[in-house]
Formats: sequence, C-alpha cells, structure tokens
Amino acid sequence: MELDFGPAVRGFRDELRDWLAEHLVGEFAEHRGVGGPTDGAAWEVRLAWDRELAAGNWLGVGWPQEYGGRGLGLLEEIVFEYEYARVNAPYRATGNALDLLGPMLLKMGSEAQRKRFLPPILSVEELWGQGFSEPGAGSDLASVRTRAERAGGGGTSFEDASVEGASRPTGVENGDEWVVNGQKVWTSFGVHADWLYVLTRTDPDSRRHKGLTMLLVPADQPGVEIRPIRNLAGQDEFAEVFLSDARTDADMVVGEVGQGWRTAMATLGIERGTTLLPQQLTFEREAEALIGLARERGALDDPMLRRRIVDAWISVRIMRTTNLRTIAELTAGRAPGPQATTAKLYASTRHQQLGHLAMELAGPAGQIVGEDYGLDTRQRSFLLSLAETIYGGSSEIQRNIIGEQLLGLPKAPRP
Amino acid sequence: MDLTFSEEQDELRKVVRSFLARHATEADVRRLAADPSGYDPAVWRRMATEIGLQGLAVPEKYGGSGFGHVDLGVVFEETGRALLCAPYFATVALAAETLLRCDDERARTDLLPGIASGETVATLALTEENGRWDEVGVHLTAHEEAGGWRLTGVKTYVFDGHLADLLLVAARTPSGVSLFAVEAEAPGLARTPLPTLDQTRKQARVEFTNTPARLLGPEGAAWPALERTLATASVLLAAEQVGGAAAALDAAVEYAKIREQYGRPIGSFQGIKHKCADMLVEIESARSAAYGGLWALDAGDEAEIAISAALAQAFCSEAFTKVAGDNIQVHGGIGFTWEHPAHLYLKRAKSSEVLLGTPSYHRELLAARLGI
Repeated sequence: MELDFGPAVRGFRDELRDWLAEHLVGEFAEHRGVGGPTDGAAWEVRLAWDRELAAGNWLGVGWPQEYGGRGLGLLEEIVFEYEYARVNAPYRATGNALDLLGPMLLKMGSEAQRKRFLPPILSVEELWGQGFSEPGAGSDLASVRTRAERAGGGGTSFEDASVEGASRPTGVENGDEWVVNGQKVWTSFGVHADWLYVLTRTDPDSRRHKGLTMLLVPADQPGVEIRPIRNLAGQDEFAEVFLSDARTDADMVVGEVGQGWRTAMATLGIERGTTLLPQQLTFEREAEALIGLARERGALDDPMLRRRIVDAWISVRIMRTTNLRTIAELTAGRAPGPQATTAKLYASTRHQQLGHLAMELAGPAGQIVGEDYGLDTRQRSFLLSLAETIYGGSSEIQRNIIGEQLLGLPKAPRP
Repeated sequence: MDLTFSEEQDELRKVVRSFLARHATEADVRRLAADPSGYDPAVWRRMATEIGLQGLAVPEKYGGSGFGHVDLGVVFEETGRALLCAPYFATVALAAETLLRCDDERARTDLLPGIASGETVATLALTEENGRWDEVGVHLTAHEEAGGWRLTGVKTYVFDGHLADLLLVAARTPSGVSLFAVEAEAPGLARTPLPTLDQTRKQARVEFTNTPARLLGPEGAAWPALERTLATASVLLAAEQVGGAAAALDAAVEYAKIREQYGRPIGSFQGIKHKCADMLVEIESARSAAYGGLWALDAGDEAEIAISAALAQAFCSEAFTKVAGDNIQVHGGIGFTWEHPAHLYLKRAKSSEVLLGTPSYHRELLAARLGI
C-alpha cells in the first residue's frame, strides 16, 4: 500500500522516512512488527525504541510545542502513523499515554496538569495505565464503584470540599488530597505504570453517569497494588489494580468533579479514531503472508480455501478504503461518516476470520508452540485477535451504539 | 488523495434524489414493473433535459456534460435507492461506456449524442444462452458480404433489449470477438421480452437472422474494450446495489421504531437493534467496495480498476441481498406480502447479484487479477 498525502506534507514525510531508515536498525529492526495493543512482547526493547523516537522528537507530532510536541496538524499525525506502520516499526510501549491519556489532558486537563504530565510522556519518563473497568463494571462502565473522597478531619464530604474551594487550609487532614478505594481491572501493561488515570465515584449517593470524577493517581505508593493478569496467550499483559486508601493531590482531577463520565467518554472517542490505520496495515501484511503460505502449501488449488483466501483479501481491502474515507473526511474538516463507527466492528470480526484461516492453512505445525509457551506470529495474532471484539467497546456495545446513535433506534427500557 | 465527495457531488445527490422522489415513487415503480415496456418515456426525457443524467459522464464533444464516474456513481446510488424503472443502466453503464471504450471515433460521434440527449435508448447484447460474461461465451456469428456485415444467432438476458433503439452486439468473426451496432428497425431482428423475477428491470431475448450490422472498431479486437466496459459497469452496479441496500435499511429502521410488541418498539430489543446495526456495517463496507471502484475509475489506474471492479461485485452483490433479506425479517409477516415493497428490493438484489456475473465468478476474476 502506497499512499501519497500530498505535497504539503511531503517534506515532513521525507524527513520521517530518512530518520526511520537511519534509526530503525539493529535490535530495533529485529523487532519489526513486535507488540500490539494487547501484546507486551519484548517490552524493554520497545521501551528503548520509544526513547529513540523521543530523542528524535517523533512522539506527539500533533501535540503543542510547549509540551514537547511538534505542534503539527492532523494530516502530519496521519502521515506519521502511516509511515511508521509502513516500515513496521515496533508497537509503541507508550501507546496508552500517547493515544488516550495525553489527548484527554489536552482536551480536558488543566494547564498545570498539561505542563506537569505531557513532557514526561513524550520523553518516555513516565508510563501510564488506565483505570476504567472494574470487576463489576465492564461494558457497563457507568456502574463503577471505586470510591474517592476528600481526606480531612471529620470526613469532609465531596460537597463540602467543593464549596470550600480555594479558601481551604492546607494539609491532608484538611481535605487537600483524594483518598481512593476500590479495584480496577484489565489495565493494559499496568505493571509498568508510573501513574494511573482512574474513573472514580466521588458522590456516594450518585447513580450511574452522575457523580463520577477522573483522577490522576501515582502508582508508586503503599495504597496501590498492581498485580499482573496472564492473558490467554500466556503473557502478563494486563493487570488488576487494588486501591486501598491510595492518595492523590486535590488538583489531580481531570475535567470537573462530578463530570468524570464526560472526561471518560472523550477519551473513548479518541481511542476509536486513531488506531485504525496502523492496525489495518498489519492486517494487510497478515493477508499477504496468508496468501504466501497458501501458495506454498498448494492450498490455492482447493476451491473452498481459495474462496476464503479471496474473501480475506477483500476484507482487508475494504478496511483500507473505509479508513481512507474517514481520513479524507477528517482532513477535509468534515465530521466522519457512519463508516468511522462501523469500521471497528467490521475490522475486528474479519481479522478473527483471517486468524482462523491462517491457523487452518498452517495445519498440524500450527498446533506446536515453542518453549515456555512461545508463540509464533501467526499463533499470537490469532489468539490476541479474540480480544479485538472485546476491548475498546465490545461488539455487542458497538451494535448498541450503531443502533441507537447512528440509526436512532430506541434504547431498551431500564428494568 | 481525496476519497470523499465534493460539495458539488453532494448537491448532485440532492437534485437526483429529489427528482426521483417525484418521478419514481413506489406507485410509479409498481406501475412500470407491471408494464412490459418498463419505463416512462416522459420521465426518461426529463431525466435528460432537466438534469442531464444520460449524458452526465459523456464528454462534452459528444453532447454530454463530461463529469466523472464518481459523479455517475452518485446517480446510480440514487436510482438504486428509488428502484428506478428505466433503461438507465443498459443505456448509460453498458452502451455509452462501450462506445467510449471501443476504438471507433466515428461511432462515438454518430451515436453518443443521441444517448446523451435522451433520444436513444441503447443496450449491450453480450450474453447468450450460456449466461456467460466472458470472451469464450460469445458465439453469435458475424460475416461480411457485399452489402456489409450480417449477424446470425441469439442473444438473451439482454437488459431492455426489446426497448432499445440501438443494440451494441458482441459477435464472433474468424478473427475474434467484434462489436457491432444494430438498429431497432433492422430486418431479421426478432425481440421477445422475458418475464423477469425482478420486474423493475426488463430483459429480452434477441434473435438475429442475417441482420445487417455496422462494425464498430477493428474486426476481432473488441474484447479488451468490452472487458473494460464490464469493469466500469460492475462498479456502477455496485453503487446501485449500495443505494438499494441503504433504502432497505431505512425501511427496516423506520418500521423498528414504530412497530410495538411486548409493549415497546421492536427496535429497542437487541435482537432487532443488532440486526439493523449489522445491516449498516454491511452497507458501509459495501460503500467502501463501491466507492473504491469509483475513485479508481476516475484515477485511471487500469490494474486497480480491474481489481476493484471484481471486488465491488463480489462484495456488494451479497451485501445487498443480505440486507434486503434482513429487511423482510425485521418486518415479519407484512414484509412477506406482495403489497409491501420489501420484496421489490429483495428481487432487485437477487437479480443484480447475477446481472454481470455471479459473486463466485467475480471472486475468480479477482483471484486471477491478484495472481492468487
């Protein structure tokens, strides 16, 4: 796939291509294509690669210069993602902060928060973990129960604290800190996190979307315990986070107190918008590999397999055009059409089919793994593809969103 | 790189949709579906004189407006949405495109202005009893004698073949497949309408008995132009299929909002809501398949055109049929009646699926073009 995004960004593209050619070498080049949104493979190498990118000022292409970014536009960001994916550079270990937390702070954070947190993201000095899901709040995120309250003498309540405002005296006992209690889960690469952004309930009497607050919480403290969870591919990729009187400063609220749902939704919107192009190039590579494998195995002569192979190719080509439609709309300053929302459901489902087909073509050899459950690319991609219809809004939630928000169908009545 | 529609194209869509809302209502569709002639000549003329639809993508020097295929695709999406009953696909997507592709400048100068002005209804007579859309399927023979070329044989499944003033006929001569023009009044031409499953698009069997014909382009060298025409037509048909599918989904959603069972709208149940969501996923994916083809046509990259045309037919055919079937399912019993329009879309979908070759055939074309 060769895309030309026009003369305006050609200088930027050429600079980036030159830099990648010069720096994606040695150990980094050996780790081309390694890692993914749910794949923590070769973490240390990837972290070093992120630092290499940081040294070249390639992280935060679209972030303002005052926070260490390049201050460029959406088109340059797209070109960056495209060129990055084209050379199949390692999946960025800092992806969570770059794709989710950073944009959230840029959109909803205070100036002090941006100054404090954005530069260390771009210099890869601080890593972030997401604290949204809970054991009792998965798809139904609005049912979070993790409590945060203002610490202080006499158990200052949330309402009191907000009324007191700036005139509050200093000190923990006087309500200058949040104390957080609860449990979070499915925090990707949580064991590496220095900081967490945590969706909490600050109004104990509130229900659902109301009374939630987004807090930034340091991970390195006695009240925070992060335990890895092993995923089905045998990797300690995500984590559960136990918050027991965990503390954070009063000004670590992103957005407004009680408006955490809005902040969280803004983040999820970002999540769906930016990851598609690199992911789709990965899928194209897998489809090409699949065709190569089929040719090797003589499977192209089998009309049944041949049909499925052609369909796999059709799927990745449709994903490409769908993404290009969205990119064209975004860069033209138009609101993205329905395809921007349906793309995730289509891509995740079709990628799983691609994985099944690849495993079938691999035959019995595909059933043998390496030492310590070492998986090859095909096995890992197939297994991890099962997460794609779950994370970032499960397929069932996607269908609700499409049905209700795009088609205008009525919500189910609450029991 | 601009894979989005311009404001002018959005405006064109509005104009065409509003024209068809007035002149291709469900009542019109049903009336013309039941009528063997299959179209309303007065509306056909207005399509040409008021918005220039027949000549939209015909270059100006042949009397058209010189727009591109993305523009034409917008029109086909709308005619598909409205189930327009008219020889538009045959005249514009097949006949005009064949003339534009064939190596015969005089034929273009002679024949395209009539198409562009709406005077001429035209079609392409390619398929025979074998139903094939490839080169080896062409058996009808042409021979040259003192007075010129003569055709003998049978073409069938010819879209609007009984209405057309002008038939472009693929025939075999000793040196290969050649293209001929035959006028409706030519002696030795017998045309029989075929009753069609999809009554909104007419087909005919056309018998040639020593019928005089005009050779278009060099003898025996017509297949590349025909193949290229079929690629264009495949993409335009895909746009039409997308429009039809979108209309079927609109109907399903509209019904799911108002139809109540168990005391609430059926669209509030996930069984229905998720089905409608899947229909939209299918349609947006089909849009990508069709639009990718339209953009390739205007970019003029021949390898890409060949690939995206086969892909568009392989995908959009099945997508339309799936969505049209799901629309009936969402409607329940009422969707299964003759009175309700849901079946009109299902039949259009099922017929369109094989119109230019089956999805399996197009997958094979795609595989061949990709070297799979």
